[in-house]
Amino acid sequence: MNKLLLLGDEAIAQGAIDGGMSGIYAYPGTPSTEITEYVQKNKIAKEKKIHNQWSANEKTAMESALGMSYAGKRAMVCMKHVGLNVAADPFMNSAITGSNGGLIIVVADDPSMHSSQNEQDSRVFSKFAMIPVLEPMDHKEAYEMAYNGFEFSEKHGIPVMIRLTTRLAHSRSSVETMPAKKENEISLPEDKTQFVLLPSIARRNYKVLLKNQINLEKESEKSPYNQYFEGKGSDKSFGIIACGITYNYLMENYPDNSFKYPLLKISQYPLPVKKIQKMVDTVGLLLILEDGYPMVEEAIKGIIKYKNANLKVIGRLSGHIPRDGELDPNIVRKAIPMTDLVRYSVPDIVKNRPPSMCKGCGHIDMYNSLNESMLEYGKGRVFSDIGCYTLGALPPFNAINSCVDMGASITMAKGAADAGLIPSVAVIGDSTFTHSGMTGLLDCIVENTPVVIIISDNSTTAMTGGQESHAFGRLENICKGLGVPEEHIRVFVPLKKNHKKMIEIMKEELAYNGVSVLIPRRDCVQILGKKKKK
Amino acid sequence: MKNDIIIAGVGGQGIVSIATVIGMAALKEGLYVKQAEVHGMSQRGGAVQSHMRISDKPVVSELITKGEGDLIISVEPMESLRYMHYLSEKGVIITNINPYKNINDYPSEYDLTKTMEDLGICYYLDADKIAKEIKSPRSSNIVILGAASLFIDLEYESLQYAIKKLFERKGKKVVDVNLKALDIGYDISLLAKYKFNRQK
Repeated sequence: MNKLLLLGDEAIAQGAIDGGMSGIYAYPGTPSTEITEYVQKNKIAKEKKIHNQWSANEKTAMESALGMSYAGKRAMVCMKHVGLNVAADPFMNSAITGSNGGLIIVVADDPSMHSSQNEQDSRVFSKFAMIPVLEPMDHKEAYEMAYNGFEFSEKHGIPVMIRLTTRLAHSRSSVETMPAKKENEISLPEDKTQFVLLPSIARRNYKVLLKNQINLEKESEKSPYNQYFEGKGSDKSFGIIACGITYNYLMENYPDNSFKYPLLKISQYPLPVKKIQKMVDTVGLLLILEDGYPMVEEAIKGIIKYKNANLKVIGRLSGHIPRDGELDPNIVRKAIPMTDLVRYSVPDIVKNRPPSMCKGCGHIDMYNSLNESMLEYGKGRVFSDIGCYTLGALPPFNAINSCVDMGASITMAKGAADAGLIPSVAVIGDSTFTHSGMTGLLDCIVENTPVVIIISDNSTTAMTGGQESHAFGRLENICKGLGVPEEHIRVFVPLKKNHKKMIEIMKEELAYNGVSVLIPRRDCVQILGKKKKK
Repeated sequence: MKNDIIIAGVGGQGIVSIATVIGMAALKEGLYVKQAEVHGMSQRGGAVQSHMRISDKPVVSELITKGEGDLIISVEPMESLRYMHYLSEKGVIITNINPYKNINDYPSEYDLTKTMEDLGICYYLDADKIAKEIKSPRSSNIVILGAASLFIDLEYESLQYAIKKLFERKGKKVVDVNLKALDIGYDISLLAKYKFNRQK
């Protein structure tokens, strides 16, 4: 036993290392990045040669993890919630193939959108796929769920999702480790057709998946993570269901073990129906606490309003808890209801301070030149993407008009050009380009669409903390290989002193009736600083 | 014993090392710790905070309840006020006075100091100046930590221990200058304690 002070992300990583994992696959994405980084830095994981390299995107990561599972070894794949959209195809179908070696899919959701485009709830996705979910309440559970999750997956022959949210992913607490388990040897699936989803086999596998749901429901009923507390008080008219981390926000309001109502803590799905039934049969007023969508609330309430119902369910749908955003102890207090504790209000002189691009960042020089080059065409023609350069949407730049999903800059610029908005411009980062921009570029090449694609290359995955970029040293060759004419691949250094030259290049390419790729290339100033220190 | 501390600043100012030192010191004393951080370089230049919770009983929530906080430690004056609603009636603010101006509507120095004086729960110091005087401008956050040290229920030796551990990799010189920064901060902490006691 060893006591470590770990982030929620790191607790999962340590649990997976101790749980006999042979490989981790991921693309960086806040708040999931630190899981893979921990494995990359961990001494024992290095000695064991646990696979730890970044993947090009979440789809390739998910598929590689599935391949490792096919070979009989234990694999983990990690992503942020919107990364699961990228990996959706293999994710959905991994439920049909099932797993061989234990397979854990970690998805870190971001309610309140601290650094994301939406706050989609991955529990909903897992229900869609019929894949069981473990939702840790704290660091101890996070560690244990990863530690035991591979065996759970192997027992039922199905991938398992661990769903956590930003707050747990990025908070630190101490964790006691358990003895390391051995990795699996290679062992292929007994049924060599298990992973061949031809319709005839898929139909058979799907029936297995459906039948398996009964076993998974049984597991949820007896799971130590789903606990029913009768309540110490005599008043059973009010009860609470608390999912995952919300249990902590609830208990924070009842110091010294003073909580007395019936309570069902849920950290494993599919939902433990019998336990919920017991709660519903006991109480008259039921408060549902869940970080994310009102999934449990909706399931219990249904869509019909029952007249004369004995049970009133309250939560996000009833307005007792805000419909969006992350929960906290104060929101829970208000819903119970308990008295408000807030004494001070924030003085008016405190102003918003959004993040901004670093001083000396190459993206700044790129945007200054781009804005000037675009003057003659007017505003509203620049499609962008996900990375530090998205901050180009804010003043003083106001340079971009879209940020939707990884790679969408190129394809949206294409669609706009198809509609007649010529020239259309895409601004994308080097790592985002190799994540999901290359295929869009191929679409442009095939039709010779008049678009200018700026790959603002800082040679790293900067926004998530400077992970290696798959694009490093490969960009020009990738573009050439996909068919961009060599004379329309323009590489330059984004510096103030090159401002005029950059505008000249941009204007030339904006006037060209075909696909151009501009590559302003200068190291991320943060990474450069770190390199110099070394 | 329970301390709910918000550590505030601007992304890139190094609030994490303040949190790390408090966390390590608390663990050395066998206390329970939970600490929520803001991560990702996309936060650079933006408002960031860390919820640091230490207690002799297990800490339940990752987040501090608004109205229950004991202390705000801030490396930037306007940021010190952003989390005021977290403080309890006994709560105090220890903050650096040097503004980080990267927004157009940053308040005037007069408005800022007047607001802090009127509140009567703020103690501010010029940590950057002190850090420069000891020829270690990067230690200004440790000066602030020192200035807050008497408001945290940890032994001073535990903070010293944590600083040694955190900086040992960087060599004895760095350790020594940060211990010195903590010491100077400690003297200021005495003044702050005196100021608040006199007000009561």
